[in-house]
Amino acid sequence: MSVELPVLKKSDFQTDQEVRWCPGCGDYAILSAVQSFFPTLGIPKENFVVVSGIGCSSRFPYYMDTFGFHSIHGRAPGIATGIKMARPELEVWVATGDGDALSIGGNHLIHLLRRNVGVKIVMFNNRIYGLTKGQYSPTSEVGKRTKSTPFGSIDRPFNPLSLALGAGATFVARTVDIFQRHLKETLRQAVEHEGSAFIEVYQNCNIFNDGAFKYMTEKESRDTQSIQLEHGQPLVFGKDKSLGIRMNCTQPEVVELGDGLGPDDCLTWDAHDPSPALAFLVAQLSPPDFPTPIGVFRSVSRPAYELASVAQVEELTEQRGEGTLQDLIYSGEAWTVRQDGTVVSGVEEA
Amino acid sequence: MTTRITDDKEVSERQVELQKMGEVVVRFAGDSGDGMQLTGNQFTSTSALMGNDLATFPDFPAEIRAPAGSIAGVSAFQVRIADYDIHTPGDAPDALVAMNPAALKKSLADVRPNGIIIANTDEFDERNLKKAGYETNPLEDGSLEGYRLYTADITTMTRRALEDSGLDLKTQDRCKNFFALGMIYWVYSRPVETSITWLKQKFKRRPEIAAANVKALTAGYNFCDITEAFQVRYEVEPAPLEAGVYRNIMGNGALAIGLVAASRRSGLPLYLGSYPITPASDILHELARFKNYGVTTFQAEDEIAAVCAAIGASFGGALAVTSTSGPGLALKSEAINLAVMVELPLVVCNIQRGGPSTGLPTKTEQSDLLQAMFGRNGDSPIPVLAASSPADCFDTALEACRIAVKYMVPVILLSDGYIANGSEPWKLPSLESLPDLRTEFWSKAEGFQPYSRDEKTLARPWAVPGTPGLEHRIGGLEKEDLTGNVSYSATNHEKMTHYRAEKVRRIANEIPELVVDGDPAGDLLVVGWGSTQGAVAGAVRQARREGLSVSQIHLRYINPFPPDLGDVLRRFERVLVPEMNSGQLALLLRAGYMRDVISYGKVQGKPFFRTEIYDKIKEILEAPRDVS
Ligand code: SF4
Repeated sequence: MSVELPVLKKSDFQTDQEVRWCPGCGDYAILSAVQSFFPTLGIPKENFVVVSGIGCSSRFPYYMDTFGFHSIHGRAPGIATGIKMARPELEVWVATGDGDALSIGGNHLIHLLRRNVGVKIVMFNNRIYGLTKGQYSPTSEVGKRTKSTPFGSIDRPFNPLSLALGAGATFVARTVDIFQRHLKETLRQAVEHEGSAFIEVYQNCNIFNDGAFKYMTEKESRDTQSIQLEHGQPLVFGKDKSLGIRMNCTQPEVVELGDGLGPDDCLTWDAHDPSPALAFLVAQLSPPDFPTPIGVFRSVSRPAYELASVAQVEELTEQRGEGTLQDLIYSGEAWTVRQDGTVVSGVEEA
Repeated sequence: MTTRITDDKEVSERQVELQKMGEVVVRFAGDSGDGMQLTGNQFTSTSALMGNDLATFPDFPAEIRAPAGSIAGVSAFQVRIADYDIHTPGDAPDALVAMNPAALKKSLADVRPNGIIIANTDEFDERNLKKAGYETNPLEDGSLEGYRLYTADITTMTRRALEDSGLDLKTQDRCKNFFALGMIYWVYSRPVETSITWLKQKFKRRPEIAAANVKALTAGYNFCDITEAFQVRYEVEPAPLEAGVYRNIMGNGALAIGLVAASRRSGLPLYLGSYPITPASDILHELARFKNYGVTTFQAEDEIAAVCAAIGASFGGALAVTSTSGPGLALKSEAINLAVMVELPLVVCNIQRGGPSTGLPTKTEQSDLLQAMFGRNGDSPIPVLAASSPADCFDTALEACRIAVKYMVPVILLSDGYIANGSEPWKLPSLESLPDLRTEFWSKAEGFQPYSRDEKTLARPWAVPGTPGLEHRIGGLEKEDLTGNVSYSATNHEKMTHYRAEKVRRIANEIPELVVDGDPAGDLLVVGWGSTQGAVAGAVRQARREGLSVSQIHLRYINPFPPDLGDVLRRFERVLVPEMNSGQLALLLRAGYMRDVISYGKVQGKPFFRTEIYDKIKEILEAPRDVS
C-alpha cells in the first residue's frame, strides 16, 4: 500500500514569525536553502524536528514551520539525542553555531558524533559571538581583536571538521552560506546518510565579523581559494581547473596542471575511506598555502545509535517475551504470609 | 537443647538456654572482599521466611578497593529482625560479627552494652591490628569487657572443613563468611536450609563451590553447637504480618520497578537518561535490565546531557526520567528549568547524599531539599515529593509520574542513600490497585494552541512530533499565552509566571488528607519527611506509651504541601522537625505557615537513631515551659 504524500512547497516550511536576524546576515541564506530543500525530501512535514541551542543561529527553529525546540546553550545535541532515541522515525536536525556547538556544547557534540545518533547537525560558523554582541569564539583566529580581546585573542582556534573527525563522525562536510547549490547538495547527502551528519557552514556575520570568508566567496577568488571535494574525483581547482593537490610523500602540495601533470596525478577523493586519516589531513588545508576545501570530507556507513538501541529492546523482548506488570512485581525471592500467619517460600495465590 | 547438623540427621547434644527476644539487630562487618553484604542478605532472606518483620542497612566503603584490612575498606551490613512491625534497621547492634580488627574498630562504638561480639581471631594478627590502629590486641587486653566476646579461628576452621574439597586456599577462604553465617544462624535459631537452597541455585554450574560453602555454613553452625562457650541461643518469633506476598526490596530497586509500572499503567514507553553517580546508579543499572519492558536507558556523557536527552524524549512522547544525586542535580538545574518553561513531563529522581560539593558520596543526608525547591533561576516552582522507606519508593515513583504527566511539569522525587540501599519487606500490591495513568496526546489540529490550558489542571496539551497539523515551536524563551510564540511582553510574563505557579499549587487539590499518628491535637507534633519516618514513628510511639502527648505526621508532598498542613500544625502547642540537614524543612514550615518550629538537625552522614528523637521529645516536653 502506498500512501500519497502531500506535495510540499517552500512556503509550507515558513512560519508567521518575523525573522529577527540583522539584515544581510548569512543566516537568511541558510534558512532559505533549508526551507526550499526540506520539501524535496518526500518526508511528511510533521516528521521534521528542528532543535537548537542558544545564539543567533539557534533562532532557526522559530522560522521553520516544523516541530521545533529552541533549547538551552550548548545542549541541543542532548535534546536531539533523546528525541531521536524515543522516535527514530523522526527527521531530527540541529541548528547550532560555533560558540554553541564548540564552546559550551563541545562535550555533547563529540559524544553525539561518537555514538552516531541519526541527527543532522548544521553548524553555522561565523567565527564570532553574535547574539552576545561580538566576543571572540572558539573558531576565531589568533590575534583577533574583539570586545573581550581588545589586545588580540591568544586562543588557538578549533578546526571544527578535525574535531568532528577526531570524534569519529561518520559524515563530515563543509559548505558556505551563499553557495546555495552546494549547500543544498551537501544537505541532500547528509539526509541520505544513516547516522550523524556534521555540516559546517561558513556564515557571514556582517555586523561583528563581516567578510570573514570573503577571500573565498568573491567571484574573482572563489575558484582559486576554494576546492570542492567530490567523491571519486581528483582534487583540482582554479580557473579552468588548472591547479591540483597531490601528495608528496606524506605532505599535500599544490601543483599546476599541464606540462605532463594531469588530474590523474592529483589526489583522488575517497569520502568512503574507512580511515579518517586523509580526511583529517585535507581538513587541515587552509589559506594562504592552500585553497579551503568544501564538500563531503567523510561519509562512511556505521549503524545508527538509535536503531541499535531499538534493536536491543526488540531482541530482549523476543528472547524473554514482553514483560508484564505481574512479572515485574511478582519476581525475585518472594514469600507468602498466609491468612493463618504461616510463611511459605514463593508466591502463593490468596 | 541444641541440634547439630550432620549429613542426614540432627543430633541432640548439650543443654543450652533458649531466650525469646522481641527483636534483634545483627551487624556483619568485614573487609570489602569478605562477602559481608551477601552474608547479611542471607540472614535477611532466612528471617523473612521465618515470618519476621525486618529492615536492613548496608554500609559500603567509599573507595572501591581500599587497602585490605584498613578501616576505609570495611564493608558492613546491618539487619534488624522482629516479632512486630518495625521500620528501621535499628540503632545499636545486639550482635557484631567482626571478620577483622578494622571491622571491630569501626563498629564497636555502635554495639549496645553487653552485646555479642564474634571475632575472627585468625585475622587479629600484628599486621592487621596495626592497620586498624590498635596498639594492643583488643581481644586480649580486656578492652572488650562489657561485651560478650566470642572468639573463633574462623579462617582456620573453614580451611579445616574444606581440607578434602580439592579447592585452593584462596577459594577456601572465600567461604569463611558462610562459616560466620552458620554461627549466627545457630545463635539466633535460624535454619540453614534457605541458604543451602540458595547456594545450590546460585552455583548451579559450579557445584564444588556450592558444596564448599554449604560445608562451611554447617561447620560454623556445628562449631557453636559443640563449643561450651555458647550457652544461650535466642529466638525471635514471627511478626503478625498482614497476609500477602512479600519480597525484600531496596529503595532504588523499588523506585526502578515503580517507574516501569508507571510506564505500563500510562501506556508510555519509559526513557531514562542518566549519568553514573553514587548512590543513584542502581536505578540506571536496574532499568537497563528491563529492556523487555520496552525501557530505553541512555548513559549520557554527563549529567546535563542525561537530563536533556530525557527532555527530548518527553517532547517525543516518552515517560521521561533522569536519576542523579546532589551534585548532579546542581548540574541539571538549567535543563530542569527548561522543562518548567516548555511544560513537559519529566521525573527527576534525586537520591540524596552528604553535601555540599562532592561531600560524602556513600553517606546519607536530606540536604537537597532546598536545592530541589529553589535551586533554579527565576520563579520556578516544581512539585517535590519524598519517599519515606525502601518500599515506599515504588508508590512515590508512580505518584511522581502521575503528577508529571497529568500537569505537564517536571517533578523532583527525593530519596536518599539510607533508603536507596536499605531494604525492607515489600507487600506486593495487587495489579488492580495500581493507579490508572493513561494519558492522551493532543491530536486535533483545528484550533490547536500549544499553550492553551486544561481548565482544571492548567496543563498544556502534549503535542508530539509526527502529529499532522500540530507543528509548533517550544523553547526556553518566555512564551506567549496560548500561541507559545516568543513574547517579551511584561504583562504576559507575569501571567505565565502565575500559570506556572498555579499549576503546581493545584496539585494540592489531589493530595490526600494528612494522617496524624496519635491524637489529632496535643503538646507536641513531630513532623518528618523522607527517610526519617521509621525512626520518628518508633520514637513517637515509645514516648506516647510513656504517657507523653506527642503525635506524628509524615510528609510525602513538600511542594505543594498538603492543604490541611496548616490546620494540623495549629492544633499542637509545639512542633518538632527532625531532619538529616540543618533545618531545611523547618525553614519552609516557618516561611509557609508563620509557625515557629523546633528544628532538630543531624548531619553526620548517618540516619537518625530512634533514641535520639525520643530523647529530643522528652527534652522538649519535660523542659520548663516558657510562658512569656
Ligand atoms: S549578529 Fe551577526 S550572526 Fe547574529 S544575526 Fe546579526 S549578522 Fe547574523
